[in-house]
Amino acid sequence: MSFPWAKHYEPTTDVGKWIDSRLPLPRLIYDSVGAGYPVPKNLNYFYNFGVLAGVALVVQIITGIILAMHYAPNTGLAFNSVEHIMRDVNSGWMLRYMHAVGASFFFIVVYLHIFRGLYYGSYKPPREVLWLLGMVIYLLMMATGFMGYVLVWGQMSFWGAAVITNLFSAIPIVGDAIHTWLLGGFSPDNPTLNRFFSLHYLLPFVIFGVVILHVWALHIPGSNNPTGVGIKGPQDTVPFHPYYTAKDFFGLGVYFTLFAIVVFYLPNSLGEPDNYIPANPLSTPAHIVPEWYYWPFYAILRAFTVNFLWVPAKLWGVLAMFSAILLLFFLPWLDKSPVRSNTYRPLSKLFFWILVVDCLILGLCGAKPAAEPWLRISQFAAAYYFAHFLIILPIISRIERPLPLPKSISEAVLTNAGHSVEAARAAVAAVPQPAA
Amino acid sequence: MATDQAHVPAAGELTESGERRRDFIYIATGAFAAVGAATVAWPLINQMNPSADVLALASIDVDLAAIKPGQAIKISWRGMPVFARNLTQAEQDAANKVPVSSLRDPQTLAERTKEGHTNWLITMGVCTHLGCVPLGAGEGETKGDFGGYFCPCHGSQYDTAARIRSGPAPTNLVVPEYAFKSPTSVTIG
Ligand code: HEM
Ligand code: FES
Repeated sequence: MSFPWAKHYEPTTDVGKWIDSRLPLPRLIYDSVGAGYPVPKNLNYFYNFGVLAGVALVVQIITGIILAMHYAPNTGLAFNSVEHIMRDVNSGWMLRYMHAVGASFFFIVVYLHIFRGLYYGSYKPPREVLWLLGMVIYLLMMATGFMGYVLVWGQMSFWGAAVITNLFSAIPIVGDAIHTWLLGGFSPDNPTLNRFFSLHYLLPFVIFGVVILHVWALHIPGSNNPTGVGIKGPQDTVPFHPYYTAKDFFGLGVYFTLFAIVVFYLPNSLGEPDNYIPANPLSTPAHIVPEWYYWPFYAILRAFTVNFLWVPAKLWGVLAMFSAILLLFFLPWLDKSPVRSNTYRPLSKLFFWILVVDCLILGLCGAKPAAEPWLRISQFAAAYYFAHFLIILPIISRIERPLPLPKSISEAVLTNAGHSVEAARAAVAAVPQPAA
Repeated sequence: MATDQAHVPAAGELTESGERRRDFIYIATGAFAAVGAATVAWPLINQMNPSADVLALASIDVDLAAIKPGQAIKISWRGMPVFARNLTQAEQDAANKVPVSSLRDPQTLAERTKEGHTNWLITMGVCTHLGCVPLGAGEGETKGDFGGYFCPCHGSQYDTAARIRSGPAPTNLVVPEYAFKSPTSVTIG
């Protein structure tokens, strides 16, 4: 759908008309990221992260395909082939650092994108499917990043693979069979590495497909905005091009600058030094940790240390970790408040920030050794995480009294500019009207 | 003319029992396609299970003669570590003193060793939580609070009979299949 006041694509050249009646690709582009797509005029910089995530995916695909030209998915060769990329392949070091740092940046961008959605209530009607598709992308990214990290076949790769595939053995009855099936053996070995390479190559393209659905689902209702108030008329929107193309390109410039700083000056700052030790199936590193983007979930996994309610601690941990992610799929139905943006929800806003802090604490716990005080802290933080979504949010959405909403986006914009609406209207009225 | 032929029920019309005659064809086609799809899907799924060469079980002989009481060695078997430990008398006594009913995975030391060889504790070196190699077999490695093994990954502690005592692991370290060939050598697998 588009708004009735959207500009219409009119091919002007003969070639343009010829292609438009055969494969209207220019029309598709015009209507989705061009002047034909009206967008709320009050989007802030948090709305840049969607485009940045798309760019990050493309960077991963390009650098990944190049790495695959030099990489050998075999336990005897994998580690050395990565070192070969680093030392011998022309610009190989840069490509590998772009890919490794790119994965971290991809997750940073996606986390900001998700929390943006949480803050402005972008998961609420009519955008539930958009939110669900986003969650599918997030799950696929986690799987892809995990398998990519295994490809290096260093100590962290190997023991990460051992621990994560072992999660499935916690499932009653069929768990061990699934575990063996995933690995293609009884411990991570060549069959494991080979299939992970195959899937690591495949999944980014699956992600690409889901991204297309995600953008499609976005373009039906159009973007949400910081006020959360729906679009009322042409005065609330501007065309995507040139307004947001310009803003997105500026954001992209900032993003690539930061990316370059890390790739060229701090390439290993987000990684684990132990992964420069070749995999050794007979010795686990003293302190194994996953990549930083999994830390909060890893902390939840480890928070369960005793059996209770007839369920073993191991199964509790695995269930809790997976439910922590799956819970987000139900968010549109847990938060029933009709007001979207936290700007107008004082209580919800407060708890949003507490949740952010809680996630950071969980992340910190996930990075620390499995010992006190970190275990105790992660137990409380994990309990709070679940309480936030299952108890606090549903209650708030019932009892909270939201602040008065602006009547429209343009009203909010004019008020924000420092004037009251009345003053703005008066100013408009005071402008001398051209004589008729 | 045309009205005469209308007595024959058309394909879309209901029979006396209320179904359309086409329904059977739809269901039969759907069922046949589902069986066909499942038949093809199984090999596509099953190919990921261990291949014949991985399954070909290897067994290994291990010489225990050099392991002094209180020492342990790590052996690689099927790509996984096995711990062979020569328990001291004190370690055996400590294991036997624990009331079995208080354990998460109740087993006595005798049940976890071979008769006449209760000093030889042979277990997989694979934590039953998520598969890390616990510390405690190597020289100078920490043996944890219960004198057996300590898993660095998520903090599981095993006692001198390699039984789970605290932390997230659900069961004791697994005792592989093995047999004594002589008083100081075993065949594992
Ligand atoms: C969703 C997009 C992707 C993500 C999040 C991702 C993530 C990762 C990560 C975290 C690593 C380990 C980096 C390291 O420590 O060296 C890796 C390695 C690798 N990836 Fe990807 N990747 C993606 C797309 C791709 C694609 C499309 C290919 C193409 C075939 C690819 C090929 C490789 C190869 C060959 C390696 C091993 C070499 C190396 O470690 O640098 N990746 N990937
Ligand atoms: S793998 Fe040993 S405690 Fe988790």
